[in-house]
Formats: sequence, C-alpha cells, structure tokens
Amino acid sequence: MVQGITGRDGGFHASKMRDYGTRIVGGTSPGKGGTTHDGFNVYNTVVETVKETGADTTIIFVPAPFVKDAIMEAADGGIKLIIVITEGVPTLDFIAARHYATALGARIIGPNCPGLISPGKSLVGIMPGNIFTPGRTGVISRSGTLTYEVVYNLTLAGIGQSTAVGIGGDPVSGLYFIDLLQMFQGDPETDSIVMIGEIGGDAEERAAAYIKEHVTKPVFSFIAGQSAPADKRMGHAGAIISSGTGTAKEKIAALEAAGVTVLNEPADIPAKIKAVV
Amino acid sequence: MKIHEYQGKELFDRMGVPTAKGKVCRSVEEVLSAYEELGLKKAVVKAQVLTGGRGKAGGIKIGENREEVAAAAKAILGMEIKGLLVDRVMVAEAVEIASEYYFSFAVDRNSKSVVMILSREGGVEIEEVAAKTPEKIEKIPIFPFVGIPDFLAKKAAAILFDDWKLVMQGKVMIQNLYKLMVETDASLVEVNPLVVTKDGRLIALDAKLNFDDNALFRQPEIESLFEPDEEEKREQEAKANGFSFVHLGGEIGCMVNGAGLAMATMDLIKLYGGKPANFLDIGGSSNPRKVIEAMKLLLSDKDVKVVLINIFGGITRCDDVARGLITAFNEIKTDIPIVIRLTGTNEKEGRKLLEGTPFHSAETMGDAIKKAVALV
Repeated sequence: MVQGITGRDGGFHASKMRDYGTRIVGGTSPGKGGTTHDGFNVYNTVVETVKETGADTTIIFVPAPFVKDAIMEAADGGIKLIIVITEGVPTLDFIAARHYATALGARIIGPNCPGLISPGKSLVGIMPGNIFTPGRTGVISRSGTLTYEVVYNLTLAGIGQSTAVGIGGDPVSGLYFIDLLQMFQGDPETDSIVMIGEIGGDAEERAAAYIKEHVTKPVFSFIAGQSAPADKRMGHAGAIISSGTGTAKEKIAALEAAGVTVLNEPADIPAKIKAVV
Repeated sequence: MKIHEYQGKELFDRMGVPTAKGKVCRSVEEVLSAYEELGLKKAVVKAQVLTGGRGKAGGIKIGENREEVAAAAKAILGMEIKGLLVDRVMVAEAVEIASEYYFSFAVDRNSKSVVMILSREGGVEIEEVAAKTPEKIEKIPIFPFVGIPDFLAKKAAAILFDDWKLVMQGKVMIQNLYKLMVETDASLVEVNPLVVTKDGRLIALDAKLNFDDNALFRQPEIESLFEPDEEEKREQEAKANGFSFVHLGGEIGCMVNGAGLAMATMDLIKLYGGKPANFLDIGGSSNPRKVIEAMKLLLSDKDVKVVLINIFGGITRCDDVARGLITAFNEIKTDIPIVIRLTGTNEKEGRKLLEGTPFHSAETMGDAIKKAVALV
C-alpha cells in the first residue's frame, strides 16, 4: 500500500510500481476514502486499507511533518515493512516513530531513501525499474542516484541483482548496513554484495567489522566523497566529516582490512565482480 | 544550525537550568554598564563566535576588577577567531570552581536514539577523553516515549556526583535540559564544563546547542536566531530553491541530482584530472524552475569554464530536467560549454527533447566527465 497515494510523487510512483509488477493494493489519503485515484482504491486510514486489502508493506510519501504519525499508523495497523521515501523528516520524529514501530515488530527502511527492488519481481520504491535486471548480486547503498549509477553499470555488464536496497542518508535511519549484510549473507539467491557508502558517520567502519566476522560472500564497495573538503556538509545530513571518523580514507582502510574490494570508480565494479564470482 | 553561547544561556535560563550571571554586550561601554548592573566583581569576558577553540585563541579572559574587565573586553571585541570577527562578548560572573564535569544530550546514529553523555572529566575536549580514556565516559540511551524519569535522572547525576544534594540538583538540571532538547528540536545540547562552585552550587558554565535543520519549520523562534556567514547565505539561498550547494573553487560547475552521485561526480572529476567548482545537488523532485535557478547559480561563478550536468532519474524525471534546461538556456544566454548526461526515468523522452540543442551529450558518467575535463 501507498501512504500519500493522491500526492504528486505518491501517485506517480504508485503507477510506476504497478507497471513494474508490484501488487499495489491501494493507499491512503485522509478525507478521500472511498474514491479511486489512477485506478487505485483510496482509503482514509491504514487500518482500513489493511482490513480491506491485506496489505503487509507500506511505502510512505506523505510530507515530512506528517511522517512520524504515518509510520506509527502503519505499525499500529499491522504493517510489518515500512519504506519511507520522504526527505526532511525531523530527527526526533523519526527516533520516536522508529521506537514505536520496532516495539510493534515492524521494520523500517529510510527515511530519505529510494526504497528497495527485487528485479523482475517487485519494486517498493522510486527506483527506475528499467535499469535493473534479475541476478545474484545484492546491493546496499546510503545514496539514491548513486545506487542507480552503480546498478546501471552492473546491468550493462550483464551482472544482475538479487535485491537492491537504498537505506537513506539521514542521521538516524531504519535498517542499516549490518542488518542488510546479514540478510544478504543468509539469502540463497545472493552470491556477492555491493555496498555503496559515503563520507560521514561510522556506519561503513562498523559494517567492515561485521563483514570481517560474519560475511563470507565477496563484498565490493565504492565510497563517495573522497574529494570532499573536511567539515563541509554535502547535502545529506550523513555526508559530513567530523573529526576522527567519517573520512573516505578511514572508511576505505577499514573495508580493505576486512577483505572488501574497494573501487575508485563505480564503473570499475562489474569487472571486479566478474573476476571473483 | 548553531547558535551563540549567550543565546544558549538564555534558553537555559528560561528552562530553569542554572547558569552564571551574565549579559551579552557589543561595546566596552555596554560591558561596563552590564558589569555594574549585574554587581560583578571578578568577571569573565567571552567572545561570542560560532566556532570552538575560543579559549586557545585568546577569546576568553578574566578580569579581577572593573578596569581589567574593560581591558579584556577591549582586547576581545574586534579580534578574529578562525576568520570570524568578534562583534559581541558575554560578560559574566567568574565563579569559583571546585570541580568540572561534562554533560550532553546528542543524537546517536548507532543506538538510533538520543543519548545522554556524562563524564567526570569536564572542561576539556570530550573527543580527547573519548579517544584516550573511553572508560571515563558514560552513555545512556533515552527511550523517546519515556524520556527521563526521576530514577534515571538520579542514576545519571550519581555518575557525576557523590554528594546527594548535588545528585538532586543534577537530577532537575538533567530533566530540564532534556525538555529543552525535545521542545526545541535540538540535535546537541552540551554543557562543558558543568561545574560545582566552591559554595556548592551546580552551574552550566557553557551552553552549546545545535538544532535539526529538518525541524526548523516548526521552530520559528530558533530559526530567527540563525546568523549565516557569507557561505551559509549562499547555501541558504540554494536551499530555498530546493537544492544544496557548496562552493569548492574549481573550474567545472556541476549540477547533479542526489548527494551521493554529486560527491561521486566530484571524485571522478578529480580522478580524471579536473577541478570541481562546486557541489550542487538539485534534490529529489523535478520542478523545471529548480533547474533554471541551479543554472543561474552555477553561471554566477566566474571561475566556471564548463558546466557538467549529471542526472540519473529516479524521482527526478529526465524529461522534466530536459525541459528545465531548455527553458533555462532560453533565459540565460551563455557561451560556456555544457555537457549533459541524462539516464533513468523517462530518459528517452529527455534525450529526445535535447536533440538539436547545442549541449554536448554523453551517455555514461565517465564519458560525460572526460568530455567536461577536455573542454576546460
């Protein structure tokens, strides 16, 4: 289901996802319940949508000030996977909503993320489906469009993807590198993993430590922001270098020490995968 | 967003967090009248600038009497700290310190919550304490729907203090600081040092607050405190147009959608021997007006010799971008060569719209960057 299905972006991507083959059963737009939008049934609330359609996954497009409530409404309505596309969500709102959703057993991807896709099967996000192709490489990324860039190169080189997930670039997010590395490691449909990181925070360093201990599948990585000046914020809240941790150099060193192949250029990833897998 | 110490102190005062008596002043005369008004004797004069390391730079001085305070104010007002002009100082009671502590609330990515950070090692750089003696720092994650109940505030205060009276003072302070954090959408509330005076009072001797930019829409009072520097003004203007901009000083002006791809574009320009003029992320929606404003911003930089537009369409549709570009170039006549790479949602429509225009078109990111570097 889609929360915010009658909005410009929500409506556009609902139909894109349907075209891709995702079972979109409807969506919410408070006050517009009972109508249809572009062939989708519109409901007033999540609980009503779940009752009528059996939806188990939601994708949220509502404006940032309403995201906290939308996440909690979804979790309360019994949704187990919540994908938040909206950018600009206040951090304390997300922290609270995530605690609530986690307590109810729901998992969140995002906010400020492009969603996820299992090529040839299902798209729950805003990714351009045409650049993906089914295959056995898993992709995890903090960035949106950079993910497309990497995937586009993989597809052109004939390397398909099992699942690709954009985890988002906000200071606090739902599922993160380690959660997804664990899932890809356990996924029988995935042989190799591409991890796209960027400067700021220490998520890549933590992921490196996890890979060293728990991941046996080959991991390939690109870290964006190698040329970024220190203490400059580059758009993403995450993309700021703070003293001590977070530089591209430190991340690359940590990943290489964990046996990850780190490339200088997204276009170099496919050849390396072919050489190893 | 950052604010000055004196503004933080005002927020503390309002929230009932004990601070030293003090006042912000813009001239030596104001300092002297504040000195009289507050009934000060030994006093401290502190530069109010939005950067750290004030003490080391000579921006904090103590005066034993009226004359020394005036001399301190005269020395500090007008000085530069890390390139920032000191146009105001805070004059405050110089308290007699018995012991110093560190206290803060910060947003923690890893525990995905607000954490309370405490240490008996106060008054020094907390990053240094964390690096050398991490065992001297305690972190307590806060449950957002629970906040800080009495027991937790007492437990935390007892990490800092052995004396029960101080624990009880600390408990109230901790609860009030958390209330301030939540009510103002702060991302950092830091007191360093938190001190116990020789006469047994608990006082927040500094007040450092950062705020969540994403929440400013509902914090008009906090937003009104924002004092952008020149670069921040340019970035703010860009933000008002829906994109983020950082000036870097090279020759290749970049317009990219998405922060990660924009950074990767800069990285590759450097890798191929060019110099990016800027970081410019036009963001996640596809309003043609945005593209026009972005082009104007790029072309206002006289160092720019080539413009590189790298768009990978997800939520941004390539046809919208193409339309925006065509409109923009009908408005802004320029001789600067423009390299465009459009891929993703509606890419065919987008490329078709650009056929027959003077733009240099490229299919891959690598090609586009090589072309741009060659055109400089």
